[in-house]
Amino acid sequence: MNAPPKKRLKVATTSLAGCFGCHMSLLDIDERLFDLLKIVEFDRSPFTDIKAVGAAGPCDVGIVEGGLCNAENVQVLREFRQHCKVLIAIGACAINGGLPAQRNHLELGAILEEVYHAGHGLANGTIPNDPELPLPLDRVHPLHEVVRIDVFIPGCPPSADAIWQVLTDLIAGRPPRLGYGLLQYD
Amino acid sequence: MVLGNPESHAPDRLDELLQPILTRWGSAARNLVQILREAQEACDWLSPGVIDRLQRALGVPRAKIEGVAGFYAFFYTQPRGRYRVLFSDNVTDRMLGNRALLDRLCRQLWIEPGKTSEDGLVSVASTSCTGLCDQGPALLVNGFAVGRLDAARIDAIGELIRDAVPLADWPAEFFAVADNVRRADILLGSAMAPGDALRAAHARAPSDGMLASNMRSWREGLPRGVGGPDALLDEIKRANLRGRGGAGFIAGLKWEACRNAPLAPGQQRFVVCNADEGEPGTFKDRVLLSAHADLVFEGMTVAAYALGARRGFLYLRGEYRYLLDRLQAVLARRRAAGLLGGNILGIPGADFEIEIHVGAGAYVCGEESALIESLEGKRGTPRNRPPFPVTNGYLDQPTVVNNVETFAAAALVALNGGDWFRAIGTGKSAGTKLLSVSGDCARPGVYEYPFGVSVAEVLADCGAVDAQAVQVGGPSGVCLAPDEFARRIAFEDIPTAGAFTVFDRTRDMFEVARNFAHFFAHESCGFCTPCRVGTSLLRNLMDKLHDGHGSPYDFAEIEKLNRLLQAMSHCGLGHTACNPVLDTIARFRPAYARRLEREDYTPAFDLDRALAPARRMTGRDDPGAHLQTVAEAGGESGASPGCGAREDSEGGRV
Amino acid sequence: MSINPGFAPSFSLDGRQVPFTAGQTIIQAAAAAGIYIPHLCYRPELKPHGSCKLCTVKVNGRQASSCTLQAQAGMVVESDTDELNDERRALLQMLFVEGNHFCPSCEKSGDCKLQATACELGMTSPHYDHFFPSRPVDASHPDVLLDFNRCILCSLCVRASRDIDGKSVFALSGRGIGSRLIVNARSGRLGDTDFSAADKAASVCPVGVILPKRRGFAVPIGERTYDAAPISVVALREGE
Repeated sequence: MNAPPKKRLKVATTSLAGCFGCHMSLLDIDERLFDLLKIVEFDRSPFTDIKAVGAAGPCDVGIVEGGLCNAENVQVLREFRQHCKVLIAIGACAINGGLPAQRNHLELGAILEEVYHAGHGLANGTIPNDPELPLPLDRVHPLHEVVRIDVFIPGCPPSADAIWQVLTDLIAGRPPRLGYGLLQYD
Repeated sequence: MVLGNPESHAPDRLDELLQPILTRWGSAARNLVQILREAQEACDWLSPGVIDRLQRALGVPRAKIEGVAGFYAFFYTQPRGRYRVLFSDNVTDRMLGNRALLDRLCRQLWIEPGKTSEDGLVSVASTSCTGLCDQGPALLVNGFAVGRLDAARIDAIGELIRDAVPLADWPAEFFAVADNVRRADILLGSAMAPGDALRAAHARAPSDGMLASNMRSWREGLPRGVGGPDALLDEIKRANLRGRGGAGFIAGLKWEACRNAPLAPGQQRFVVCNADEGEPGTFKDRVLLSAHADLVFEGMTVAAYALGARRGFLYLRGEYRYLLDRLQAVLARRRAAGLLGGNILGIPGADFEIEIHVGAGAYVCGEESALIESLEGKRGTPRNRPPFPVTNGYLDQPTVVNNVETFAAAALVALNGGDWFRAIGTGKSAGTKLLSVSGDCARPGVYEYPFGVSVAEVLADCGAVDAQAVQVGGPSGVCLAPDEFARRIAFEDIPTAGAFTVFDRTRDMFEVARNFAHFFAHESCGFCTPCRVGTSLLRNLMDKLHDGHGSPYDFAEIEKLNRLLQAMSHCGLGHTACNPVLDTIARFRPAYARRLEREDYTPAFDLDRALAPARRMTGRDDPGAHLQTVAEAGGESGASPGCGAREDSEGGRV
Repeated sequence: MSINPGFAPSFSLDGRQVPFTAGQTIIQAAAAAGIYIPHLCYRPELKPHGSCKLCTVKVNGRQASSCTLQAQAGMVVESDTDELNDERRALLQMLFVEGNHFCPSCEKSGDCKLQATACELGMTSPHYDHFFPSRPVDASHPDVLLDFNRCILCSLCVRASRDIDGKSVFALSGRGIGSRLIVNARSGRLGDTDFSAADKAASVCPVGVILPKRRGFAVPIGERTYDAAPISVVALREGE
C-alpha cells in the first residue's frame, strides 16, 4: 500500500420526495462500505451534514432519491445537476414519482382542503402560507422530467447489490448494467 | 336545467324514433355505425336509454355498442346540445381565423368550448378538417356543413341557435357548398351520359386473354359467353390506372386479384368506394360526388361488371352528410334508368346495388381495412394484413376498395379504352389528377391536371404569390420548400391523394406542423402502442416547443419517435404521423430554432404553472412561490414571478 | 420454392432454422423451437390481436408482428437484435408512462408480464414524460377488483371473455390515448355483470388490472413467478 492514494471520487446524495429507504439500502452494502470509502468521499449527504452540494468543488457523482413534489425539491435537484458530473436517479420515486405520485389523480386544491381544512378533527384549520415552506407542485414528477438523468437504478428500494453494481461499474469506467435479479421495480 | 341523467325523450317516444331506423337497417349489428348515426340524428345523443333499446333489438352486448359509439368523434354518449356546433380546425381554417370565430360564438352563447349549455340548447367544439378548405373557415352544425364563416355569419348563427330556429329554416345560402372547379380535364370536363361506359364495356369484343391472366372465375353473376368483363379488365390494366387515394396501387391488379379470389359457398364479391376523404386539405372527392356522382357510380358499376360483384358500398365521410340525400337521388335515378338493380342494361344476371354508409368522424377509416370494419358496424381499427381485402374484405369476402376518383377514371377507361387513358399523363402515371388547392392563393378550388404538372405551374394557376411552402398530400404527405417547386405531381415524383395547401411567407411553419401533430394525436385509433402513445407524445413535445420550453434534446426525441412510429406502427397513420414535423424541421429550421432554449435539456412541463394552484390556495406570491422553467441567459435558477403567464397551448397564430 | 417431402418447411430466425407446420405463425413456430419472442397481447389459446407490437420482428428486412404473420418457408426473420430490442424497450416505456404503473404498491408485482418483460429487455426508466391519467378503480364485484390504472389495452380479457367464457364482459372504447377498457353493464360496473372469478378472463390479464380480492401479496418477494426465472424462460416453460 505504498502507491500514492488516488484522488477519491466525490459523491453527493439526497432524498427529495422519498423515504430514505434507498439511502438505507446503500448502507446495506455492509462491509463493502469500507471498500467504498477508500475510493469515494461524500459531499452533501445525510451522512455528512454538508448543506450545499458542490460548495467545495464539483462532484463526480450525485445520487438522488425521491421524486419532485415541491419547489424546494426542484431547486435541490437543479443544484445537484449543476454540480454533479454524473447524476443518478435511485429508486421508484425518483424514476416515476412512486408512492407520492399516487396523489396525481387528485386536484392539489382538494388535497390541501382535505388535509388542512375539511379533514376529520380539524376546526377552522388554515392552509399554511409561510414563505419558509416550499410550495407543492400540482403533480408529483419523476426527476427526468426536470433535469437530464444519466443513470437510473430502479427498485423500491434497489438492492444493496444493485447499488454496489452500479457504483463499481461507474468507478471502473464501465457503463452500468443491471442484469436479471438486480434489475427490479419493487 | 336538467341534472343527473337526462334523456332527451320520453321512453315511449324513443321506441317511436328508433324503430324505423332499426327497420331500415334490418336490425343488423353489421349496420351498427349507420344505426347509431341515425339514432343520434333522431335523439340528439346516444343516451343509455337509446343504447338499451339498440342492445335489445340487435342482440349484441351493450359494451360492444358503447365501444363503437366511443370510437367515432361524432357520436355522443353524454348529453350534447340540440345544436351541436363543430368548428373545422384544419390549418387552413386556422389561417382564416377560425379560433376567433369560435370564441365569438361561445361568447355570444355564453358557453365554454367543449361544454354543453346548461339549458341543453347548444354545444360548441372543434373537429378535424371538414373538407371546406377552399371556402373556410367552416363548421358543422348537427352534421351539416356551413362554410365562408365571418363575424356576421357567426352572429347570425348565434341568433338562430338562441331563437331555437330549426335547421331547415336557416338561410339556405349558409349550407351552400361551392364546387369551385378551376381547371377541368377528362374527369371534371366529362359530359358522359349515364350508362355509356357500361354500354361500351359490354360491347367490347371478347378479350384475347393475354392480359387477363387467370380465367378461373371471372363470370359469377353474369351470363356465359359474354366477353365484356374480361375485355374490360384488360382495358383497366392496359390503362395503367393507379389508385387515386395516394398509395397508387394498380387498379387492374387489385380487381383481378379480387375477381380471382375463391368464393366459399354463399359468398360474393363487393365493390367499395372510399369517399372517406379525411386527409386535411383534401376536398376533390366532395366535388366529384357533388358534380359527377354519375361518373363515380358508373365506375363502381363498371368494377362490379368486371368482378361479377352484386353489391357495392359508398362510404361517405360524416362531414359530407349533406350530400347524402342528393346521392341517394342519383342512385334512384340510375335504378329507374336501368343502370342499377337487376338486369342492368337488360343484360340477364347483371345485378348490382349500391348502398351508402356514412362515417362518423374517424380519419383512420380512410384506411381500407378500417373502412371495411366500419362498414361492418365496428370500431374503425385497421386489420392485420395479410390477408388483404381483395380476398378477405367485407364480411370476410373478396372486396375491392378504391378511391372516388379512381372509380370516376375507371368509368372513362371503360368508355374510351386503356390506350386513350394511358396516353394522358406521364409514363408511370397515366391519366389526370385532381388537386384540392387551398391556403394562401387567390383562387382556391379543385384543379384537374394531367399527371406530371409541376408544383410551380399549379402555384401560378391558383394565384399563389410569395409561397414559402406547399404541403402536398396533407399532413401524411410532404412539405415542399421553394427550391422544390419544380417537382412534379406524379407517382414517380410526388404521389398524392390530392391536397395542395399553400403557405406564404407570413405563415409560421412550426405552427403548421403543430396543428398536424394535434391532428394525428386526435385521429390515432389507439389500437397499437406506438401510434396510440407516440402521437400524443409528439403532440406534447410540439406544445412544449410552442410554450417556449423546447430544447435540442426534444428535437432528438422527435426524431427517435419518428423512427419508432415508422418501424412499429400498425398502419399508415402511425407511419406518417411524424412527417410534417420532420419535413418542417428539415426545411424551415429557423421556425424551430427561435423556439429552442440555449439549454440542452429543459423540463417537460411548465414549472411555474405547476405551482399556480398552490399559490392560489395559499395566497402567496413571494419569490419562493415561483420557479423558472428555463433559466435566463447566464442566470441562476430562481424566482421569476409572472413567467408562467404564457398563452395557453390552444393558441398560437399560424 | 419447392419443399422436399418428408422434411418440415422451415424459416431462419436469428440464423437458426426453425421448422413450422402450415398455418403456424412465426411466434408459434419460434416458441415450439424454444425461442422466446417478447410479447404482451398474445396468448396461444386466444386469437392473436397484434396490437402491443412487442413481438415485432423483421421479416426479410421489413417489420411485422410475429403473432399474426404466418410462417413461410425461406423467410429470413430477425428478432433478438439490438435495434429491435431498443424499439421494444421504447414501446414498454410508452406503456409505462401511458398508465399509472407503481410496481411497489401493485399486487401483481413479481407476476406481472409488463414488469417482467421490461426487466428482460433491461428497461431502467420510463424515459418519456408521464401522462398520469385519472382512472378510477372498480371494486363493485364481490370477488374481483378492477384497477384500470394498469391497463395496457392488450384486449386479452376482451377476447377471453368473448371467445372462451362466452360472456363478452369487457370491450374497448374511446380511441387514441383516450382508449379504455369498459365493462358490459349499464352502470359500467363489474359487479353488475355475470363475471366470475373462475372465468378465463379473470386469469389472462398480463398486468394488475383484474385482481382477486382478499389475496393481495400472498407470495413473498423472492418466490413470485419472475423472481425465480426470467420471463424468457417462464414463457416457454408455461407455453404462454
